[in-house]
Amino acid sequence: MFGLDAKDTRLVLIVAVLTMLAPFILNPFPEGSELAQFNAGYPDLMQRFVIFGIFAIGFNILFGLTGYLSFGHAAFLGVGSYAAIWMMKLLTMNVVPAIFMAIVIAGIFSLFVGWISLRRTGIYFSILTLAFAQMSFALAYSVLTPLTGGETGLQPKMADPRILDGSLAEGTTPRANLFGLQMSSSYELSVGGWLFTFNAGYYLAAVVMLIAFYISIRIFRSPFGMMLRAIKCNQQRLNYTGLNSKPYTLAAFVISGMYAGLAGGLMVAMDTQVGPERMFWTASGEVVLMTILGGAGTLIGPVLGAGMIKYMENIISKINSTILHEWFYWMPDGLEDFVVAMIYPFIGKGWHLTLGIMFMLVVIFLPGGLVEGGQRIARLFGKGKKAETDEGGTKPSSTPAE
Amino acid sequence: MGILEVKGVGKNFGGLKALSDVNLSVQENTVHAIIGPNGAGKSTLLNCLVGKLIPDTGSVMFDGQSVLGRKPHEINQMGISRVFQTPEIFGDLTVMENVLIPCFAKRDGAFELNAISAVSGQNDMKEKAEGILRDVNMLDKRNMHAAAMSRGDKRRLEMAMCLVQEPRMLLLDEPTAGMARADTNNTIDLLKEIKEQRDITIAIIEHDMHVVFSLADRITVLAQGTPLVEDLPENIKGHPKVREAYLGEAH
Repeated sequence: MFGLDAKDTRLVLIVAVLTMLAPFILNPFPEGSELAQFNAGYPDLMQRFVIFGIFAIGFNILFGLTGYLSFGHAAFLGVGSYAAIWMMKLLTMNVVPAIFMAIVIAGIFSLFVGWISLRRTGIYFSILTLAFAQMSFALAYSVLTPLTGGETGLQPKMADPRILDGSLAEGTTPRANLFGLQMSSSYELSVGGWLFTFNAGYYLAAVVMLIAFYISIRIFRSPFGMMLRAIKCNQQRLNYTGLNSKPYTLAAFVISGMYAGLAGGLMVAMDTQVGPERMFWTASGEVVLMTILGGAGTLIGPVLGAGMIKYMENIISKINSTILHEWFYWMPDGLEDFVVAMIYPFIGKGWHLTLGIMFMLVVIFLPGGLVEGGQRIARLFGKGKKAETDEGGTKPSSTPAE
Repeated sequence: MGILEVKGVGKNFGGLKALSDVNLSVQENTVHAIIGPNGAGKSTLLNCLVGKLIPDTGSVMFDGQSVLGRKPHEINQMGISRVFQTPEIFGDLTVMENVLIPCFAKRDGAFELNAISAVSGQNDMKEKAEGILRDVNMLDKRNMHAAAMSRGDKRRLEMAMCLVQEPRMLLLDEPTAGMARADTNNTIDLLKEIKEQRDITIAIIEHDMHVVFSLADRITVLAQGTPLVEDLPENIKGHPKVREAYLGEAH
């Protein structure tokens, strides 16, 4: 279906169903219960899941397929965001031109950065991309202030021209919309103790992510994708086989830059403000972590990695010592304090420590990322049957996870 | 006029003269062997032919066109395919994909942004790839991970990757180096088959005399960067200069 084989079609359908039902799936605990803080089904976080999913899917096309490790992809995300907010300021609060322009401008910028950075390979390539991203960050912060708003960033204002929109009534704030449907509008469904929120912005981002995911599968299965994997494997052989590796890597770089721009544009569509901090090098590092954690070079891995990291960032960081004491109240006093003291460094602001340990464990024991973990579990349970339970075909059976 | 004409090629690495005044003419549809002791400049010469090195002096013409200054992929697109000393294949890809890549390179040229159509839907390419795998008796291994194969199989796969492009000329860099006797003989048989069944010119750099004398139509002996003699195999065998070059007595 849609030009995909049965296994890939199944994977797309599974992902589609999961994203569409996410408001239910991510809210398994009733409101007000003790476990409600583990609920992730609120619009802001769900939007981040899919937007960073798009970012990581695109990054994976470059890193997962060609092996070129870019440390500057946040720059494209940031450039996309600025392009989007300017469309909102100048043209219309409708998100379509904003998102479109984010992709175009990020694509042009990544063409320029890739053209220069791809003259080198390996660590030198990584350093060049990092340098470009940090330059972009520094410029956005300082000399480009008229364009970027500097430290305060940019927001749509009443006074902006917005030539396509009619003038707003006095005292109203401009809101991002899709042909009138406001991105922040939500429908809340209360069933028993549960509260499910269906947010327009989330569903727009989720549909865009599904399209982005589908395109990435097509790229993986195409001759172009095969050439990219060949570049990762043996660039010398590829050159002596009559193929010019340079335009292939550049095309992969630009495609992944456009994905990053798309993610940046969607961020603005969800939350209409941009600051330079989203171009900071830690943001570039985060997408590398997401991709490796989920499984570089696999189809679904980057989405899983993005979800995992964003979940930890938002949920684990919210746990504090009071909550821990509540959990362990049944223990004898001394022991309770001891257990809380032991766990405390891993929660709240310490969630980075948890992430770091998890990342180390994955890299050492599951080099194929969470996807490989899933495959191993599936194999464990499917032992009696044929060991063909391929975890939804995360990788073609022809290319085992390395 | 041969299909490959090397005239007055010289190459220095710093103070070291790797090649000086090399003249070589390879006739179409023959097997031309280049032999010589270690350090004679055989590999340097081959690298000058495939675009990895650019000679300091002289000219290299393939079918009337200069190859000098062209990139490896451009030279390949002219019809010269190269086999490496240690088989260079795409280890993480399947055997089938390894053969498909040169098929696409032949059809689409050095770059083609074909990112939407699936590889699995390209039946003509698949048939072509399967055909060559059948020719080298590897069809049953087509879904195998290429890195998992034996060295002999990797060599045959690399050969198949070159042959599927139907090159006009095949350059082999010590194709049997480090091989067991049985694998060496298999490679000889494979090359004999290729020579008989295809219109192809083969230039082979080799250490192993057994291989050279079973295949070559003509032999050039290289010593210290210059051709010593060029002759038919039967005349090379007893040639005093060749014995001298191989058995010591450095000039």
